[in-house]
Amino acid sequence: MLEAILVMVGIGIVVGAVLGYSAIRFKVEGDPLVDKIDAILPQTQCGQCGFPGCKPYATAIAKGEADINQCPPGGEDGVRKLAELLGVEFKPLNAEHGEPKPKSVAVIDENLCIGCTLCLQACPVDAILGAAKQMHTIIASECTGCELCLSPCPVDCIHMAPIEEDLTSWKWKYPVTRLRPAA
Amino acid sequence: MEYILILLGTVFVNNIVLAKILGLCPFMGVSKKLETAISMGLATTFVLTLGSGASYLISEYLLGPELFYLRTLSFIVVIAGIVQFTEMVVQKTSPVLYQVLGIYLPLITTNCAVLGIPLLNVQARHNFVESLFFGMGGAMGFTLAMVLFAGIREKLEGADIPKPFQGVSIAMVTAGLMSLAFMGFAGLINLK
Repeated sequence: MLEAILVMVGIGIVVGAVLGYSAIRFKVEGDPLVDKIDAILPQTQCGQCGFPGCKPYATAIAKGEADINQCPPGGEDGVRKLAELLGVEFKPLNAEHGEPKPKSVAVIDENLCIGCTLCLQACPVDAILGAAKQMHTIIASECTGCELCLSPCPVDCIHMAPIEEDLTSWKWKYPVTRLRPAA
Repeated sequence: MEYILILLGTVFVNNIVLAKILGLCPFMGVSKKLETAISMGLATTFVLTLGSGASYLISEYLLGPELFYLRTLSFIVVIAGIVQFTEMVVQKTSPVLYQVLGIYLPLITTNCAVLGIPLLNVQARHNFVESLFFGMGGAMGFTLAMVLFAGIREKLEGADIPKPFQGVSIAMVTAGLMSLAFMGFAGLINLK
């Protein structure tokens, strides 16, 4: 009986020790900061910050290669959250990278579309449905409003339509009252 | 020659899933797509080979004939440990392989074939190398059954199945028929 208990305890200790050691030895270094920054960014993948997407921009911020005020779709609100996460001062959006606009989705004027598929290639989130010489259309729920499809269109048939607030898209507003610092 | 016989015997004649009816939950659960079936098979092969070897060492040198009743308990502890260890090593050394095997690695701990084969090893009084081959063969048989079954299930997706048979029921019928087919190998190779 005692022997059995000792054997099981022994196996437990050995297995536990090996696992504990290998957890330290084989630790995978992911960068949790990049993921946290990426979670704040709006995921429009629009490239207005000068990086090819939100994740590369997040990586650049984490490395200290980019400033936090280069994301117009995120707006002032996004900059404020980034400043809070990184413990740096809030700064207004850099106008070089564009102005914040109301959240909108792209709409294709289907009478004008010639089916050239150029916008399909530009879309970073595959929100445009269509094939060569077929009319294209945009899946509104997938569109991030990045405007990357506007410039490739040879017939200018895509425009941005702001999302109107209705019962399905309404959200609680963030509280606007700022805490006054104690004198 | 003997080892090749063990391999052939466990893969075809005594197929762990289709003849011994062990490890049915991953067989039914992760066989909807061919890729996941292959990944699951690979992960199982890896763990089962290691697990058979480790279990042999434990039952032979640690437990002996007096503590035989601890086999099930100690095997499952060691196998769970091996699975965890494998997961950590694979994640560190080969992120690609980790992505392929991914969530299937921890799932293997609950696969009864993984516990069944070491116990069968002990019953059949295999030595160390035989245990390894038996484990690997069993896992390869598992992989074979998974891949065949997943292939059939992918075909079934597009087939015109009568309504009462759709979904799990036709999968069960298919598994039964496959099992029948594998029973045809019975007696082809006689393991001691």
